[in-house]
Amino acid sequence: MPFGNSHNKLKMNYTAEQEYPDLSQHNNHMAKVLTSEMYANLRDKETPSGFTLDDVIQTGVDNPGHPFIMTVGCVAGDEETYEVFKDLLDPVIEDRHGGYKPTDKHKTDLNPENLQGGDDLDPNYVLSSRVRTGRSIRGFCLPPHCSRGERRAIENLSVEALSSLEGELKGKYYALKNMTEEEQQQLIDDHFLFDKPVSPLLLASGMARDWPDARGIWHNDDKTFLVWVNEEDHLRVISMQKGGNMREVFTRFCTGLTTIEGLFKEKSHEFMWNEHLGFVLTCPSNLGTGLRAGVHVKLPNLSKNEKFGEVLKKLRLQKRGTGGVDTAAVGGVFDISNADRLGFSEVELVQMVVDGVGLLVEMEKRLEGGQSIDDLMPEQK
Amino acid sequence: MPFGNTHNNFKLNYKNEEEFPDLTKHNNHMAKVLTKEIYAKLRDKQTPTGYTLDDVIQTGVDNPGHPFIMTVGCVAGDEESYEVFKDLFDPVICDRHGGYKATDKHKTDLNFENLKGGDDLDPNYVLSSRVRTGRSIKGYALPPHNSRGERRAVEKLSVEALNSLDGEFKGKYYPLKSMTDAEQEQLIADHFLFDKPVSPLLLAAGMARDWPDARGIWHNENKTFLVWVNEEDHLRVISMQKGGNMKEVFRRFCVGLNRIEEIFKKHNHGFMWNEHLGYVLTCPSNLGTGLRGGVHVKLPKLSEHPKFEEILTRLRLQKRGTGGVDTASVGGVFDISNADRLGSSEVEQVQCVVDGVKLMVEMEKKLEKGEAIDSLIPAQK
Repeated sequence: MPFGNSHNKLKMNYTAEQEYPDLSQHNNHMAKVLTSEMYANLRDKETPSGFTLDDVIQTGVDNPGHPFIMTVGCVAGDEETYEVFKDLLDPVIEDRHGGYKPTDKHKTDLNPENLQGGDDLDPNYVLSSRVRTGRSIRGFCLPPHCSRGERRAIENLSVEALSSLEGELKGKYYALKNMTEEEQQQLIDDHFLFDKPVSPLLLASGMARDWPDARGIWHNDDKTFLVWVNEEDHLRVISMQKGGNMREVFTRFCTGLTTIEGLFKEKSHEFMWNEHLGFVLTCPSNLGTGLRAGVHVKLPNLSKNEKFGEVLKKLRLQKRGTGGVDTAAVGGVFDISNADRLGFSEVELVQMVVDGVGLLVEMEKRLEGGQSIDDLMPEQK
Repeated sequence: MPFGNTHNNFKLNYKNEEEFPDLTKHNNHMAKVLTKEIYAKLRDKQTPTGYTLDDVIQTGVDNPGHPFIMTVGCVAGDEESYEVFKDLFDPVICDRHGGYKATDKHKTDLNFENLKGGDDLDPNYVLSSRVRTGRSIKGYALPPHNSRGERRAVEKLSVEALNSLDGEFKGKYYPLKSMTDAEQEQLIADHFLFDKPVSPLLLAAGMARDWPDARGIWHNENKTFLVWVNEEDHLRVISMQKGGNMKEVFRRFCVGLNRIEEIFKKHNHGFMWNEHLGYVLTCPSNLGTGLRGGVHVKLPKLSEHPKFEEILTRLRLQKRGTGGVDTASVGGVFDISNADRLGSSEVEQVQCVVDGVKLMVEMEKKLEKGEAIDSLIPAQK
């Protein structure tokens, strides 16, 4: 696989025009932004670990995109990517994150006490609650670019940190490459197991190299706190449980994350974070909080209402099927989560989900009773 | 995508054991050969274009292989790969090509007049005849490693060369990215169209980057001579026609190839060739002649005979289904071709096919009449 420093220098023997990708059939954020002038300016640059412009954009060149779904089309290979290639990534970030400017500051708030309510979503409608985010460990390259040595170091550090968790967070690590058949089956039944990526978006960026080396799943004994190691990001952290007590889910999420962060710091490793981009992750779409908080909720009547899409938009929420992104809803059950990631804090985003879902359930009950929901329509948040 | 000089130097911060791939579950030629010692010795090297050891082996690390099919598990990124990483490639080549030693010389013979017979294979049995090979253009990196600028330069040179052919070779180029629907339909109907690779073996080596940029198909008006540009190799050259006149197919193959080579030489870009490895191609399995000469032949009775496999081995032939490698035969029709690539010349390999298929058709006819074939079983060639 090419695009390192030596080959990048060799490519300089060709003009920028000769190397500039053909983006005429493309519809993704990178293709909207990358002009041939920008390509000319950035093509001789590299980050300290050797990630180049062609590395950043390869996934977007190889995957023209979809007329309806706007993919990002570029990834970071290390923390410095967002700085060295800011001419490309700043406009991508602005377009993707609702006008977020290069001078804007992002607020991090992982104090669950700042969340209001959230413990009383009606479990007759809200079937399950979940919060996930990602974390990158400073000093290591990101999944598109890291070597086996780096990936294994991340795994070692992560497993050490996770193994020292106690109480409700006490758990066990299952390395993908030496899982027993029973362990694998159990993890599948629990809906915890992640597989080698098949999405061409991920494969084209190099994230699946050396699979399944140094990849694994850790979860606590209660099966309410789960960490994926070396999948799309260094760490993906998930808190979840049945029912509608989002407050508890979020509290566990914050406590767990903060504890893990403390354990990493004890070993002189921090998470990648800065006051402009918040938590730095592989995909620009996950910058800021990297947080997706959501519920599986029954909304058979509301989802058929003509105002459903508009209501979601005003509440800054998005819908997905219960199989995850790009799946269809089954039996009127939807995955409803925050649409934003950057420019709002964790507490603010979870508050939107809590308040928004509360309102959606109220609307559903009204429609069940044959009543109107007009007076419940919210303002744009 | 990483692995250039800067990132390769970065990786040297990690110890050999930390970077050495886990090959415990692997069954491919690379995994059989690559020891920790070889990895330690080669890991800080790079070719002049910046291709590194990890680049060479990535496809074999990502694709452990199959218990029954021995894949190669390594690729070249440029001509120099075979020299810089000879400590890995030489034993792989020896194992794959029947004991071919690092000091052996390979003979090239593209003089079709040296072929004996081959114009009289019975068309009641031999349905079609085909010869294919690959060629790499000196001075450019190979498909796993080349940049868009290089790939486009290869396309431009190739199209210029092919468009200057005349007589039986006069033809037209169809670039993948600007094909009309009608052209696409026709090429599919002719069985000429190649698609973006889906095999994980190819994808993991980086060959599908920037698809379909600078890829295309050229064929002559008679549809008997076809060239693929920038698929698995810079050029794949195919001569084919219905029936059993392999002599004619091979004549056209040799004449066409020689003409194309002359035109490239005039532009100071000959084909990659040396007296040890013959024609240098992306996959070590195609070194030497890169030639697969074969027929589609009806052998319903012989294929059920207990000695079928042994006969093929003795004749230095291999069987495939008519859908290509790894497909099953349909209706007793097999694709029979030479098993060897390196260590014997083009004429010798096609001679094996011509003589071998002739013998097998004789055997089939005997079996049809209920006669024994024991007296016809050949000695090991």
